[in-house]
Amino acid sequence: MSVGSLFFSVCALVALVGAVSTVAAKNPIRSAVGLLATIVAIAALFLKLAAQFLAAIQLIVYAGAVVVLFVFVIMLLGPDATTGERPARLRLSRWGGAVLLAAITGAALFVMRKGFGPLVPLGPVRADFGSTEAVGGLVFRGGLVPFEIATALLIVAVVGAIAVARSKPQPKKPRAEGHETRRLFAGPLHPRDAERPLPKESAR
Amino acid sequence: MMGQLVQHYVLLSTVIFLIGAIGFLVRRNILVQLMSIELMLNAVNLALVAFNRQHQGNMNGHMFAFFVIAVAAAEAAVGLAILLAFYRLKASVNSDDADTLKH
Repeated sequence: MSVGSLFFSVCALVALVGAVSTVAAKNPIRSAVGLLATIVAIAALFLKLAAQFLAAIQLIVYAGAVVVLFVFVIMLLGPDATTGERPARLRLSRWGGAVLLAAITGAALFVMRKGFGPLVPLGPVRADFGSTEAVGGLVFRGGLVPFEIATALLIVAVVGAIAVARSKPQPKKPRAEGHETRRLFAGPLHPRDAERPLPKESAR
Repeated sequence: MMGQLVQHYVLLSTVIFLIGAIGFLVRRNILVQLMSIELMLNAVNLALVAFNRQHQGNMNGHMFAFFVIAVAAAEAAVGLAILLAFYRLKASVNSDDADTLKH
Protein backbone atom coordinates (compact mmCIF):
# COMPACT_ATOMS: atom_id res chain seq x y z
CA MET A 1 0.00 0.00 0.00
CA SER A 2 1.47 3.30 -1.07
CA VAL A 3 1.66 6.39 1.09
CA GLY A 4 -1.13 8.06 -0.85
CA SER A 5 -3.48 5.13 -0.38
CA LEU A 6 -2.65 4.99 3.31
CA PHE A 7 -3.38 8.72 3.63
CA PHE A 8 -6.68 8.31 1.83
CA SER A 9 -7.65 5.34 3.97
CA VAL A 10 -6.90 7.12 7.23
CA CYS A 11 -8.78 10.25 6.16
CA ALA A 12 -11.75 8.24 4.93
CA LEU A 13 -11.87 6.28 8.17
CA VAL A 14 -11.76 9.45 10.27
CA ALA A 15 -14.45 11.04 8.11
CA LEU A 16 -16.73 8.03 8.39
CA VAL A 17 -16.26 7.64 12.14
CA GLY A 18 -16.90 11.35 12.58
CA ALA A 19 -20.03 11.24 10.43
CA VAL A 20 -21.44 8.24 12.30
CA SER A 21 -20.74 9.81 15.68
CA THR A 22 -22.36 13.05 14.49
CA VAL A 23 -25.55 11.22 13.74
CA ALA A 24 -25.50 8.66 16.55
CA ALA A 25 -24.27 10.65 19.56
CA LYS A 26 -26.84 11.44 22.24
CA ASN A 27 -25.07 14.54 23.45
CA PRO A 28 -25.04 17.30 20.78
CA ILE A 29 -21.57 18.43 21.83
CA ARG A 30 -20.26 15.01 20.76
CA SER A 31 -22.11 15.44 17.50
CA ALA A 32 -20.30 18.74 17.02
CA VAL A 33 -16.93 17.09 17.68
CA GLY A 34 -17.77 14.33 15.21
CA LEU A 35 -18.72 16.95 12.62
CA LEU A 36 -15.40 18.66 13.28
CA ALA A 37 -13.51 15.40 12.68
CA THR A 38 -15.35 14.83 9.41
CA ILE A 39 -14.67 18.38 8.25
CA VAL A 40 -10.96 18.19 9.03
CA ALA A 41 -10.68 14.81 7.29
CA ILE A 42 -12.44 16.16 4.21
CA ALA A 43 -10.10 19.16 4.23
CA ALA A 44 -7.17 16.73 4.20
CA LEU A 45 -8.79 14.89 1.27
CA PHE A 46 -9.10 18.23 -0.52
CA LEU A 47 -5.36 18.64 -0.09
CA LYS A 48 -4.87 15.16 -1.54
CA LEU A 49 -7.04 16.20 -4.51
CA ALA A 50 -4.82 19.25 -5.13
CA ALA A 51 -7.46 21.73 -3.96
CA GLN A 52 -5.35 23.77 -1.56
CA PHE A 53 -7.60 26.82 -1.62
CA LEU A 54 -10.71 24.82 -0.85
CA ALA A 55 -8.91 22.98 1.95
CA ALA A 56 -8.06 26.31 3.58
CA ILE A 57 -11.58 27.65 3.07
CA GLN A 58 -13.02 24.44 4.47
CA LEU A 59 -10.95 24.77 7.63
CA ILE A 60 -11.63 28.48 8.06
CA VAL A 61 -15.34 28.53 7.30
CA TYR A 62 -16.48 25.13 8.53
CA ALA A 63 -14.14 24.28 11.38
CA GLY A 64 -13.60 27.90 12.36
CA ALA A 65 -17.07 29.38 11.97
CA VAL A 66 -19.86 26.86 11.51
CA VAL A 67 -18.79 24.33 14.15
CA VAL A 68 -18.01 27.12 16.61
CA LEU A 69 -21.47 28.57 15.96
CA PHE A 70 -22.98 25.18 16.70
CA VAL A 71 -20.98 24.92 19.92
CA PHE A 72 -22.08 28.43 20.94
CA VAL A 73 -25.72 27.49 20.47
CA ILE A 74 -25.26 24.22 22.38
CA MET A 75 -23.64 26.11 25.25
CA LEU A 76 -26.44 28.69 25.16
CA LEU A 77 -29.11 26.01 25.41
CA GLY A 78 -27.28 24.16 28.17
CA PRO A 79 -28.86 20.88 29.30
CA ASP A 80 -31.94 21.54 27.14
CA ALA A 81 -29.85 20.84 24.03
CA THR A 82 -30.28 17.10 24.63
CA THR A 83 -33.70 15.80 23.74
CA GLY A 84 -35.17 12.56 24.88
CA GLU A 85 -35.90 10.62 21.71
CA ARG A 86 -38.82 8.25 21.52
CA PRO A 87 -37.25 4.80 21.74
CA ALA A 88 -39.72 2.57 19.86
CA ARG A 89 -39.97 4.70 16.75
CA LEU A 90 -36.27 5.45 16.89
CA ARG A 91 -35.29 1.79 16.91
CA LEU A 92 -37.44 1.08 13.87
CA SER A 93 -36.15 4.06 11.91
CA ARG A 94 -32.58 3.22 12.93
CA TRP A 95 -32.89 -0.25 11.41
CA GLY A 96 -34.54 1.21 8.34
CA GLY A 97 -31.71 3.68 8.00
CA ALA A 98 -29.07 0.96 8.33
CA VAL A 99 -30.78 -1.13 5.64
CA LEU A 100 -31.05 1.90 3.35
CA LEU A 101 -27.39 2.76 3.89
CA ALA A 102 -26.29 -0.80 3.13
CA ALA A 103 -28.50 -1.03 0.02
CA ILE A 104 -27.39 2.23 -1.55
CA THR A 105 -23.74 1.64 -0.68
CA GLY A 106 -23.99 -1.78 -2.32
CA ALA A 107 -25.57 -0.23 -5.40
CA ALA A 108 -22.80 2.38 -5.52
CA LEU A 109 -20.15 -0.34 -5.23
CA PHE A 110 -21.82 -2.30 -8.03
CA VAL A 111 -21.93 0.74 -10.29
CA MET A 112 -18.33 1.50 -9.43
CA ARG A 113 -17.24 -2.00 -10.50
CA LYS A 114 -19.42 -2.43 -13.56
CA GLY A 115 -20.83 0.70 -15.05
CA PHE A 116 -18.24 3.39 -14.54
CA GLY A 117 -16.10 2.58 -17.58
CA PRO A 118 -12.47 1.55 -17.19
CA LEU A 119 -10.88 2.30 -13.84
CA VAL A 120 -8.30 4.95 -14.58
CA PRO A 121 -6.06 6.14 -11.73
CA LEU A 122 -5.95 9.87 -11.20
CA GLY A 123 -3.25 11.32 -13.41
CA PRO A 124 -0.64 13.93 -12.66
CA VAL A 125 -1.93 17.32 -11.69
CA ARG A 126 -1.38 20.63 -13.47
CA ALA A 127 1.04 23.00 -11.81
CA ASP A 128 -1.47 25.73 -10.91
CA PHE A 129 -4.46 23.44 -10.36
CA GLY A 130 -6.43 24.35 -7.27
CA SER A 131 -4.22 27.19 -6.14
CA THR A 132 -5.70 30.32 -4.58
CA GLU A 133 -4.62 32.26 -7.64
CA ALA A 134 -6.38 29.96 -10.07
CA VAL A 135 -9.63 29.68 -8.11
CA GLY A 136 -9.67 33.40 -7.37
CA GLY A 137 -9.13 34.25 -11.02
CA LEU A 138 -11.89 31.90 -12.06
CA VAL A 139 -14.34 33.26 -9.50
CA PHE A 140 -13.68 36.88 -10.40
CA ARG A 141 -13.65 36.36 -14.16
CA GLY A 142 -16.15 33.62 -14.84
CA GLY A 143 -18.36 33.80 -11.76
CA LEU A 144 -18.48 37.44 -10.83
CA VAL A 145 -22.28 37.73 -10.82
CA PRO A 146 -22.79 34.58 -8.67
CA PHE A 147 -20.05 35.86 -6.38
CA GLU A 148 -21.85 39.16 -5.87
CA ILE A 149 -25.13 37.34 -5.33
CA ALA A 150 -23.40 35.18 -2.73
CA THR A 151 -22.16 38.29 -0.90
CA ALA A 152 -25.69 39.69 -0.91
CA LEU A 153 -26.96 36.35 0.37
CA LEU A 154 -24.47 36.40 3.22
CA ILE A 155 -25.42 39.95 4.21
CA VAL A 156 -29.12 39.10 4.14
CA ALA A 157 -28.47 35.93 6.13
CA VAL A 158 -26.53 37.78 8.82
CA VAL A 159 -29.17 40.51 9.17
CA GLY A 160 -31.96 37.95 9.11
CA ALA A 161 -30.25 35.77 11.70
CA ILE A 162 -29.88 38.73 14.04
CA ALA A 163 -33.50 39.76 13.47
CA VAL A 164 -34.83 36.27 14.09
CA ALA A 165 -32.65 35.36 17.06
CA ARG A 166 -32.98 38.67 18.90
CA SER A 167 -35.18 38.48 21.96
CA LYS A 168 -38.33 40.54 21.97
CA PRO A 169 -38.10 43.85 23.88
CA GLN A 170 -39.71 43.59 27.29
CA PRO A 171 -42.95 45.57 27.74
CA LYS A 172 -42.14 48.81 29.47
CA LYS A 173 -43.68 49.76 32.79
CA PRO A 174 -46.19 52.58 32.60
CA ARG A 175 -44.19 55.68 33.08
CA ALA A 176 -45.26 58.29 35.60
CA GLU A 177 -45.90 61.41 33.61
CA GLY A 178 -46.46 65.00 34.38
CA HIS A 179 -46.87 66.68 37.69
CA GLU A 180 -48.35 64.87 40.65
CA THR A 181 -51.47 67.00 41.00
CA ARG A 182 -52.07 66.77 37.29
CA ARG A 183 -51.91 63.01 37.54
CA LEU A 184 -54.48 63.10 40.33
CA PHE A 185 -57.07 64.83 38.21
CA ALA A 186 -56.28 63.65 34.74
CA GLY A 187 -57.54 60.11 35.05
CA PRO A 188 -57.59 56.97 37.14
CA LEU A 189 -54.94 56.79 39.81
CA HIS A 190 -54.00 53.23 39.10
CA PRO A 191 -53.88 51.62 35.67
CA ARG A 192 -56.17 48.82 36.84
CA ASP A 193 -58.90 51.38 37.63
CA ALA A 194 -59.09 52.30 34.00
CA GLU A 195 -60.88 49.00 33.34
CA ARG A 196 -63.56 49.48 36.02
CA PRO A 197 -66.91 51.02 35.25
CA LEU A 198 -67.44 54.39 36.84
CA PRO A 199 -69.66 54.34 39.98
CA LYS A 200 -73.19 55.48 39.20
CA GLU A 201 -74.75 58.48 40.91
CA SER A 202 -77.84 56.56 42.10
CA ALA A 203 -75.77 53.92 43.86
CA ARG A 204 -74.54 56.37 46.40
CA MET B 1 -5.16 -1.25 -4.17
CA MET B 2 -4.17 0.35 -7.45
CA GLY B 3 -3.37 4.05 -7.15
CA GLN B 4 -6.10 6.50 -6.40
CA LEU B 5 -9.34 6.31 -8.29
CA VAL B 6 -12.01 8.94 -8.46
CA GLN B 7 -14.40 6.13 -7.59
CA HIS B 8 -12.96 5.86 -4.08
CA TYR B 9 -13.74 9.48 -3.41
CA VAL B 10 -17.21 9.20 -4.91
CA LEU B 11 -17.94 6.12 -2.82
CA LEU B 12 -16.79 7.87 0.34
CA SER B 13 -18.89 10.89 -0.62
CA THR B 14 -21.93 8.69 -1.18
CA VAL B 15 -21.59 7.06 2.21
CA ILE B 16 -21.13 10.36 4.05
CA PHE B 17 -24.11 11.84 2.21
CA LEU B 18 -26.25 8.85 3.16
CA ILE B 19 -25.19 9.02 6.80
CA GLY B 20 -26.18 12.68 6.78
CA ALA B 21 -29.51 12.00 5.09
CA ILE B 22 -30.36 9.17 7.47
CA GLY B 23 -29.34 11.30 10.44
CA PHE B 24 -31.60 14.08 9.24
CA LEU B 25 -34.52 11.67 8.96
CA VAL B 26 -33.92 9.64 12.11
CA ARG B 27 -32.90 12.20 14.70
CA ARG B 28 -35.41 14.53 16.31
CA ASN B 29 -32.93 16.99 17.77
CA ILE B 30 -32.89 20.06 15.52
CA LEU B 31 -29.22 20.71 16.31
CA VAL B 32 -28.23 17.25 15.10
CA GLN B 33 -30.46 17.63 12.06
CA LEU B 34 -28.67 20.85 11.11
CA MET B 35 -25.31 19.09 11.55
CA SER B 36 -26.55 16.30 9.29
CA ILE B 37 -27.31 18.90 6.61
CA GLU B 38 -23.73 20.13 6.95
CA LEU B 39 -22.52 16.56 6.48
CA MET B 40 -24.50 16.22 3.27
CA LEU B 41 -23.15 19.50 1.90
CA ASN B 42 -19.60 18.40 2.73
CA ALA B 43 -20.12 15.11 0.92
CA VAL B 44 -21.31 16.93 -2.20
CA ASN B 45 -18.26 19.19 -2.04
CA LEU B 46 -15.99 16.16 -1.89
CA ALA B 47 -17.62 14.66 -4.98
CA LEU B 48 -17.36 17.95 -6.88
CA VAL B 49 -13.66 18.34 -6.08
CA ALA B 50 -12.92 14.68 -6.87
CA PHE B 51 -14.55 14.88 -10.32
CA ASN B 52 -12.80 18.15 -10.98
CA ARG B 53 -9.50 16.45 -10.11
CA GLN B 54 -10.16 13.83 -12.76
CA HIS B 55 -11.26 16.25 -15.49
CA GLN B 56 -8.76 19.07 -15.24
CA GLY B 57 -9.92 21.01 -18.29
CA ASN B 58 -11.37 23.76 -16.11
CA MET B 59 -11.89 24.38 -12.42
CA ASN B 60 -15.62 24.88 -12.29
CA GLY B 61 -15.96 22.15 -9.68
CA HIS B 62 -13.81 24.16 -7.31
CA MET B 63 -15.90 27.24 -7.99
CA PHE B 64 -19.08 25.33 -7.30
CA ALA B 65 -17.67 23.96 -4.05
CA PHE B 66 -16.69 27.50 -3.06
CA PHE B 67 -20.25 28.71 -3.53
CA VAL B 68 -21.64 25.69 -1.75
CA ILE B 69 -19.47 26.53 1.27
CA ALA B 70 -20.72 30.13 1.22
CA VAL B 71 -24.36 29.06 1.05
CA ALA B 72 -23.79 26.45 3.78
CA ALA B 73 -22.41 29.11 6.11
CA ALA B 74 -25.46 31.31 5.51
CA GLU B 75 -27.75 28.33 5.99
CA ALA B 76 -26.14 27.39 9.30
CA ALA B 77 -26.45 30.95 10.63
CA VAL B 78 -30.12 31.29 9.68
CA GLY B 79 -30.95 27.76 10.84
CA LEU B 80 -29.42 28.29 14.25
CA ALA B 81 -31.20 31.63 14.59
CA ILE B 82 -34.51 29.95 13.82
CA LEU B 83 -33.60 27.23 16.33
CA LEU B 84 -33.06 29.87 19.02
CA ALA B 85 -36.38 31.55 18.24
CA PHE B 86 -38.10 28.16 18.34
CA TYR B 87 -36.45 27.34 21.66
CA ARG B 88 -37.67 30.62 23.08
CA LEU B 89 -41.19 29.79 21.94
CA LYS B 90 -41.40 26.14 23.03
CA ALA B 91 -38.48 25.65 25.46
CA SER B 92 -37.48 22.58 23.44
CA VAL B 93 -35.22 21.64 20.54
CA ASN B 94 -37.24 18.59 19.54
CA SER B 95 -38.53 18.95 16.00
CA ASP B 96 -41.68 17.01 16.93
CA ASP B 97 -42.67 20.01 19.04
CA ALA B 98 -42.78 22.26 16.00
CA ASP B 99 -46.47 21.61 15.47
CA THR B 100 -47.98 25.07 15.86
CA LEU B 101 -49.36 25.01 12.33
CA LYS B 102 -50.86 21.55 12.86
CA HIS B 103 -53.43 22.51 15.46
